[in-house]
Amino acid sequence: MGDTVNEAEGPFFAPQGGKRGILYWLSSTNHKRIGMLYLSLIGFFFATAVVLGVLMRIQMLSPGIRLMDARGYNTLFTLHGIIMIFLVVIPGVPTIFGNFALPMLIGANDMAFPRLNLFSWYLFLTGAVLAAVSVFTNGGAPDTGWTFYVPFSLKTSVNVPLATFAVFVLGMSSILTGINIVTTVHQLRAPGMRFFRMPLSVWGLYSTAWVQILATPIVGITMLLIVVERLFGIGVFDPTKGGDPLLYQHLFWIYSHPAVYIMILPAMGIISDLFPVFSRKNIFGYKMIAFSSLAIASVGSLVWGHHMYVSGQSDTADIVFSLLTFLVAVPSAIKVFNWIATMYKGSIRLEPPFLFALTFVFLFSIGGLSGLFLGALSANVQLHDTYFVVAHFHYIIFGGMGFGMFAALHYWYPKMTGRMYSKATAVLGWLVAFVGFNVFYFPFFIMGWEGMPRRYYAYLPKFAHLQFLSSIGAYVMVAGIALLVGNLLYWARRGEKAPANPWGGATLEWTLPSPAPYENWEEPPDVTRGPYDYTGMEDER
Amino acid sequence: MSGHVAEAVDRDRGRIGMWLFICTEILLFGGLFLLYSVYRYKNQADFHEASLDLSRFDGTLNTIVLITSSLTAALAVHELRAGRTARTRLLIGATLLLALTFLVVKGFEWAAKFEHGLYPSAPHLLTLPPGQILYFGLYFTMTGLHAIHVIVGMGVFGYGLRSMSKGRVGPERPILIENATLFWHLVDVIWIFLFPLFYLIS
Amino acid sequence: MSDTALEQEGGGRPAREPGYRSYFLVYAALVCLTALTVTSASLNLGRIAIVIVLCIAGTKAVLVLLYFMHLRYEKRLLVSILMPIVVVTLAIFIGLTYTDILFR
Repeated sequence: MGDTVNEAEGPFFAPQGGKRGILYWLSSTNHKRIGMLYLSLIGFFFATAVVLGVLMRIQMLSPGIRLMDARGYNTLFTLHGIIMIFLVVIPGVPTIFGNFALPMLIGANDMAFPRLNLFSWYLFLTGAVLAAVSVFTNGGAPDTGWTFYVPFSLKTSVNVPLATFAVFVLGMSSILTGINIVTTVHQLRAPGMRFFRMPLSVWGLYSTAWVQILATPIVGITMLLIVVERLFGIGVFDPTKGGDPLLYQHLFWIYSHPAVYIMILPAMGIISDLFPVFSRKNIFGYKMIAFSSLAIASVGSLVWGHHMYVSGQSDTADIVFSLLTFLVAVPSAIKVFNWIATMYKGSIRLEPPFLFALTFVFLFSIGGLSGLFLGALSANVQLHDTYFVVAHFHYIIFGGMGFGMFAALHYWYPKMTGRMYSKATAVLGWLVAFVGFNVFYFPFFIMGWEGMPRRYYAYLPKFAHLQFLSSIGAYVMVAGIALLVGNLLYWARRGEKAPANPWGGATLEWTLPSPAPYENWEEPPDVTRGPYDYTGMEDER
Repeated sequence: MSGHVAEAVDRDRGRIGMWLFICTEILLFGGLFLLYSVYRYKNQADFHEASLDLSRFDGTLNTIVLITSSLTAALAVHELRAGRTARTRLLIGATLLLALTFLVVKGFEWAAKFEHGLYPSAPHLLTLPPGQILYFGLYFTMTGLHAIHVIVGMGVFGYGLRSMSKGRVGPERPILIENATLFWHLVDVIWIFLFPLFYLIS
Repeated sequence: MSDTALEQEGGGRPAREPGYRSYFLVYAALVCLTALTVTSASLNLGRIAIVIVLCIAGTKAVLVLLYFMHLRYEKRLLVSILMPIVVVTLAIFIGLTYTDILFR
């Protein structure tokens, strides 16, 4: 390399060709920049929704507290749900890490449709703005729960149309991202990067993208129908006009169940990348894990009725969906077994990313097993709409996907910033968050079992002790999260400069400098080794 | 990579992306077809009764119009690939004209419904049996969503024509017109199902 | 003009596509099928009417997909399997919903 400054080889976040600053960030189609744009927005939305959650936990700290009335509480959990689900957890991994890492993982220079990628981000921003506007206009934020069940969502006087339309726009953003990912994986792999040589994180993103493409349109039309129904009264969900409210639930969950697989599959994929790196050993059962991603995506699209066991659907449907629900647990279990098996006789390094990966497995397993209780028809009658359900999905989504996101952040941080965070602080934050999480949510299983309904703004005295304990756990957990996020933010420009490959990974992004350059490769790399093949690589301990 | 291979990958890329998008559109309407299917199953007689209010002539005319516009669009792509851009523009123009005809006929149909008090939440409609209320609710929603897609398709073709005159789209870079045509055929296919389901209930 | 025309290399990639004759044949078939379906509707065939009407519509759709949209000449496996995937997906969504509707 001569003396010439080649900006394309410089950090991706540096100015390029005279373009700099906010305007450049908002107009660049570079996949790494767009990934960071998503990270900024999603980080902000996450913080907002956490605040809403903390407010709920203040209300529930003791039986007498009335921070808000019933209507207010309804609005709170609705917003918490809408923000977390549509603005954080569904887009989270595909848009942040899919964009940032996917092209590097397959040896490409960008996504298949860079301009469409930026447009997706603007759609995402638009959806968020519309949702925010709905909070302050036309009756205010919805109080229907993020599920917008009819008939209440058709009758309540709050701004349901704008909120549901916001969800529609967010769905469009998700669809375009899915299209981008599938096309990228099919078209832009480097020479030698066969499908079965791709890192498993790519398989996770790829399977998810199919769900984004095939399932999201259904929630799109469902949200449009809510708007049309409220504006024109067409009658499709109105019993007085012959409509069936249960059909709304079918349409809603046909998307929203696969949506939870959109949430978890990419995170599982990243975990599949982390276990080999930090065990310094090839993944156990690569093909089974790859196929299990596809299996979860497909079978997971067949189980939506398990949200509706007690809503009045036929017994036949109950039985069919229950059976399918038990089936979908199998591929997830395969992943867990294979991850553990990967560690066996491996050379294990308990670096922060791996701590998060291990806790992912632990928390996801608890959450997943609790799903079996809920999937059983008889148990569901008692557990439906109780705190048990809330515990289940928080263990899976937060314990699973949330910790997975922290794992990914701590793993790819050097590639994003070129620096290393304080590992000691990260471990402390992890510990505090992990303990807080369990103190927070495990009592929910117990309370739910004992009959505490979800979405209630008050409770019977018998739940007082566990509710109090939960709330304390929540505050501790939030403190841990604050520590983790603060750690990452603080060292982003001050940390020790990171080498190209601080973790000893064998996937392609670690062959690039840290931070990642604007243009990944001048010529596509020739791929000859597998993603978890460490032979001949120096052990950097 | 050589420019030739890069271009081939490029065109494949655009076409793959468009097909994936078309899948999402089919599923979008699919949700509506699901609703239609359930409500028709539960209200067979009412659906038949209500469909008598529709003009089979108008529906058939519009079907032929749309099929013809599909032909002109397909021929437009054919001509573009052969490098005959003048014919391409003519055929796209014909497609636009036929699309407009479709919308005009549809406009008259809808106007007739409004006149007869058969629009959603109309007082007269609410006196009819629920099955008929649902029929018209679905009719306006589905043909309305379809009409929106017709308008979008026309817009994309219009944009394509402009891009052609500016030289940004041509035989060397036909992807915009090709994808616009794929979208247009989709609009045709959706109508191919809408037509019998609303107009031909016996 | 031959039935199928091999595209020039200059456009970027060779593509097979129908010639003029095929386009017009398909068009004629579509018009005929339209006439057929309209006629069948006035015959009052009872229960099988919906089946016939959907079969004809399906045939028309397949013709448009294969010839107008060039699926018959598509070289990429990914694109060729998309429609079957979509059909299966929709069938599953509608089918499983019917486990509820039919048995309530």
